[in-house]
Amino acid sequence: MARGYKYYEAVEKNAALLGVLIFVAVSFGGLAEVVPLFIEAHALEPPPGVKPYDALRLAGKDIYVREGCYLCHSQMIRALRAETQRYGNFSVASESVYDRPFQWGSKRTGPDLSRIGGKYSDDWQHRHLLNPQAFVPESNMPRYPWLAENKLDGADIATRMRALRKLGDPYTDEDIASAPKAVADKTELNALVAYLQGLGIANDPAKKASK
Amino acid sequence: MRAQETYNDQVVRLFLLAAAVWGVVGMAIGVYAAAEMVWPSLNFGVPWLTFSRIRPDHTFGVIFAFGGSALIGTCYYVVQRTGHTRLAFTALANFTFWGWQLGCVLAMATMPFGITQSKEYAEPEWFIDVAVAVVWVSFGIVFFATIARRRIRHIYVANWYYGALIIAVGLLHVVNNIALPVTLTKSYQVYSGAADAMVQWWYGHNAVAFFLTAGFLGMMYYFVPRQAKQPLWSYRFSIVNFWALISIYMWAGPHHLMYTALPDWVQSLGMAFSLLLLMPSLGSAANGLLTFNGSWHLLKTDPAAKFMVLALVCYAGTTFEGSILAIKTVNSFTHYTEWTVAHVHFGALGWVAMITIGSLYAMAPRALGQPAMHSRAAMELHFWLHIAGVLLYIFSMWIAGTIQFLMWRATNPDGSLTYPFIDSLIAIKGMYAVRWFAGVMILIGMVTMAWNLWHTAAAARAQLIKPIPVPIPEPEQRQVPAPLPVYG
Repeated sequence: MARGYKYYEAVEKNAALLGVLIFVAVSFGGLAEVVPLFIEAHALEPPPGVKPYDALRLAGKDIYVREGCYLCHSQMIRALRAETQRYGNFSVASESVYDRPFQWGSKRTGPDLSRIGGKYSDDWQHRHLLNPQAFVPESNMPRYPWLAENKLDGADIATRMRALRKLGDPYTDEDIASAPKAVADKTELNALVAYLQGLGIANDPAKKASK
Repeated sequence: MRAQETYNDQVVRLFLLAAAVWGVVGMAIGVYAAAEMVWPSLNFGVPWLTFSRIRPDHTFGVIFAFGGSALIGTCYYVVQRTGHTRLAFTALANFTFWGWQLGCVLAMATMPFGITQSKEYAEPEWFIDVAVAVVWVSFGIVFFATIARRRIRHIYVANWYYGALIIAVGLLHVVNNIALPVTLTKSYQVYSGAADAMVQWWYGHNAVAFFLTAGFLGMMYYFVPRQAKQPLWSYRFSIVNFWALISIYMWAGPHHLMYTALPDWVQSLGMAFSLLLLMPSLGSAANGLLTFNGSWHLLKTDPAAKFMVLALVCYAGTTFEGSILAIKTVNSFTHYTEWTVAHVHFGALGWVAMITIGSLYAMAPRALGQPAMHSRAAMELHFWLHIAGVLLYIFSMWIAGTIQFLMWRATNPDGSLTYPFIDSLIAIKGMYAVRWFAGVMILIGMVTMAWNLWHTAAAARAQLIKPIPVPIPEPEQRQVPAPLPVYG
């Protein structure tokens, strides 16, 4: 063995030393990449016009998250020509400040949805979610018929908004108080469509700025 | 006279059984999900059968339930043999078994019903995360306490990897899952947007690094020299590769977020470190493969050795592919396409599953008190089904991914896009069918393994196994240990 080995030998014979060195070795990457982003995220002010989700759209977003839509649809238009041409303006960080968890996705079995809002009518979205193959026969998207049967729970949405306020999302008392009324008699399907129809519209800073 | 100390193989056998069962369950769900991508009506309008609900069950089932059980089981086996000591805290070790299985069952039973955080590879809700953290800490205590009572002063390289697995995955799990519970079944992440994306892929990538790589390299460093009946090709090379691997991997997460709204400097840093990773990844693969020097004839006679060699070839292949895919320009093509799916299954089915299967075939007879597996023909059948399935799987998805990125960016002479999105889906539907068939082959192989293990375990079920006594080494401490661990 090489001469230098005798120094390293100590590590191989001492479990505590080995453990500490492993911990140190694995810490650097996270410290260097994650911590600066936290600082940056704190400094990131949502641009004017980007507001937290209203009650119905919040319910819709949580349904989108629950159903696992992110597994086949991204919400991140990369700054590449073919993407902006197909889907619209490239996505910026400030658009997703209210997304917990983020919905950028990692796979496109179906198209990107960042700017799907307003592209189709509410009615189209409703019926498409219930039976995608009726509109696009070759589609391999599953049907989601149960969404039309489940009613929203207003008290639950208000609880969720209170939790999000604790995490820093600027909901007012009035927003929370009016939540049960805003979702009364609405189905999960109504909420999901409201969420989809708001994507890229309510949260597109570029569009807001140009108005 | 003091009672003879024996190895605790009871808990190893339990994990072995669990790994066999979860392997079949996790891959069966994968096969069903793959079928739904070809025939979407297979969800029959039932929420918990729908692709988007069961896909996390497939990934969790194979990574954490199958892979996790195999990792903890082999870890307990290896740490006893390389330290010449009995596993510390028998009761706590049993707790890690039942706790881990309970965590897996809870996760698998809640996710299809919409109780999910929807963070990739970290889907289980907060109460399961807490339970898993407790079990993981217990696993760490059992492992390090066993290391502390070892009779061989040198800690063998396999144990460094298992140690890194425990420390890093504990850290990743806790940091990534910090959330505010709203109700029992719903929580919100404290991170949002871009910061959440960074944390998620720091976790996601290093779940690959420390769960699916470091842990299984630990397995490799013990079982490959044993099965090859050769000393490790280079002990010193393994030292370099170990420290390089664990420190560089942690930087590579941002390559999952190229060209996104993540700051540019983080993307570039992620790409640079992903390329640096080529060295320790290929180094580890080479060290394992070269260990077979002098024993290559085993490929003709020993199916377990075949699994191991092919696993190392796939490891070299998939890590090479991974570094290339992390180059920004390449990534701009392949990201979001089936190429990602091909890459992850190249690693998961080629490397992780094959080194696990090879190690289980090597360990099972010893842990079950048998001279060999019940059926060698079944092992051969498993090998050929598996390797054919893997090749069919990755080639079909490579082709599908290539079709996708070519069609997504094809333009007409006037600059407009040539294809609507749906055309790219229609073009790859045949490949989805091929992939499903490949999955069926691999699943049949796993069922074969489960059947084989069941018969090998006949004596264990009849309680006929005598515990193996721990060999007490002579007190000779000054020498560097022979890399080949002494087998009891």
